[in-house]
Amino acid sequence: MKIKKHLKNIISICIVLALYVVILLLVQAGALSRHYQSLLVPIGINVILAVSLNLTVGFLGELTLGHAGFMSVGAYAGCLFSVYCDLPAAIEFPLALLIGGIAAAVFGIIIGIPVLRLKGDYLAIVTLAFGEIIRSVITNLDFLGGAGGLRGITKYKSTASAFTAVFVVLVLTVIIIRNLVKSRHGRAICSIRDNVIASESVGINVVFYKLLAFVTAAFFAGIAGVLYGHNLGILKPNTFDFNKSIEILVIVVLGGMGSITGSIISAIVITLLPEVLRGLEDYRLLIYAVVLIAMMLLNNNPKFNALKDTLKGKLLQLRPAKKASDSAEKEAD
Amino acid sequence: MEFIEQLINGLNLGSIYALMALGYTMVYGIAKMLNFAHGDIIMVGAYTLSVAIATLKFPPALAIIVSMAVCSLLGITVEKIAYKPLRNASPLTVLITAIGVSYFLQSLALLIFGSNQRKVESVITMQPIKIGGIELTGESAVTIGVTVIIMICLTLFINKTKTGRAMLAVSEDKGAAQLMGVNVNKTISVTFAIGSALAAVAGVLFTSSYGFVGPYTGALPGIKAFVAAVLGGIGSIPGAMLGGFLLGIIESLSKAYISTQLSDAIVFGVLIVVLLVKPSGLLGKKRMEKV
Repeated sequence: MKIKKHLKNIISICIVLALYVVILLLVQAGALSRHYQSLLVPIGINVILAVSLNLTVGFLGELTLGHAGFMSVGAYAGCLFSVYCDLPAAIEFPLALLIGGIAAAVFGIIIGIPVLRLKGDYLAIVTLAFGEIIRSVITNLDFLGGAGGLRGITKYKSTASAFTAVFVVLVLTVIIIRNLVKSRHGRAICSIRDNVIASESVGINVVFYKLLAFVTAAFFAGIAGVLYGHNLGILKPNTFDFNKSIEILVIVVLGGMGSITGSIISAIVITLLPEVLRGLEDYRLLIYAVVLIAMMLLNNNPKFNALKDTLKGKLLQLRPAKKASDSAEKEAD
Repeated sequence: MEFIEQLINGLNLGSIYALMALGYTMVYGIAKMLNFAHGDIIMVGAYTLSVAIATLKFPPALAIIVSMAVCSLLGITVEKIAYKPLRNASPLTVLITAIGVSYFLQSLALLIFGSNQRKVESVITMQPIKIGGIELTGESAVTIGVTVIIMICLTLFINKTKTGRAMLAVSEDKGAAQLMGVNVNKTISVTFAIGSALAAVAGVLFTSSYGFVGPYTGALPGIKAFVAAVLGGIGSIPGAMLGGFLLGIIESLSKAYISTQLSDAIVFGVLIVVLLVKPSGLLGKKRMEKV
């Protein structure tokens, strides 16, 4: 069993490395158009944001609408550091990432301790309120550039280096969150989603685990913010508004709440979709809205769920039994 | 003098918040859900008004009635299509759906009318009133007056009529109300219709005071009206009125004396403080959680 597990890990690592090398070669050979090259970093950032938001929305089961707020805190903290510090890039950039993440996490703790006592609609609206407060405070702070934005952030040297940075952070994020969810702590977090009272009565520290999920999500949102700032070279407070939080929520919901693989796939699809279907740009927001409503209605439709179960059953029957159990494990990802 | 003028501004703004907060509070009381799309109903109301007056050349009174009818219909349709199938679903599901509906209405308005804000002529043609040294604009006078009248009518409607008492019964206990012969589905539809019609009135008053409407006009006032409903105690109708007026006054005073740009932050700060200190709001009832 242990050898099998190691083998699986090794295979995963090989696939990730192969993916990295292939994309890097495509970039170096110029096989990807400039346009698609410029999308690599946003895709990576959206994956990080979606996977981290999934931790609170999907695994903890609490809707937070302030993810863009944490992203902006991290972005400003990390980018301010790299604007005012003159260290060699190899040290400065990882430090900036770390500072962005920690700043967002600190805000996560400050906001989370009072706010996480609330639940449901109240929690959603209060996190939204905090997101808006952060944005209007940033707009009013002169040393952060105000509404005009923070300028002069060192940009990545090339597409290849930008892609490398984002890819490394992305892989680390996915590994950390996946391992957290699979661990004892992750099971505690999921149990809070399934039944708060029951998990409290078996001795799970609900406040601590809620905070853990919330702060971890904030940390990675902050890191994504730093990546974002270094990609554009300028930060404007208005990009981190409520709509940004909703966009990430759409990605999580489309991918499936509580599915990391789903978040990754849907982040790639949602980021590429408007670029692939150029003519649909105007309809992008409308499509998001319809997707949100349709997903919610379909997942609560007994007929649709029955259909889904029969389809799944048939798929499992087609495969040999061993693979079936493998895919069941993958579903749990 | 300036203070009193700011206070009147606050009452004007607060009236609009109060009208919207009533919609939130009624729907929350009965359907136990936060209708995130409520703010966007005022945007629809305002657009309907402007199309009816500018394009279809309706007289203002007819235009207002048309706008209320359109919003009521929209409210009922949204409830039937999006919220009714989710009545037994988790709050998270319902909330995400409501956000989807809000987003849908905004992007539809964006597609139809474009992102530019549309000018709307005020439907209120009253001359300013002068009391002492204070000038009360026609818009403020009508807004505050209409709001007070609507509140009195609504209170009477809920406490005296059969439909109104059915609403109270459903909000108290849905199952028991159904056993007593109350048509729960119809009552919920009526609630959405009334809430949306009030939102249309709020939309008309809003455009009269501010003179424009855009696809995102309803979003921020919508959230603030929800803050007002929470401040007063969600589910409580007098609470929504009180919360609306208080919030309007807080916002206009902080705009006048603290900072224009920070006024939103102050309003949201009030929400957070209220929720942390007294989660059931000023006039709300405390609910015990049963295991």
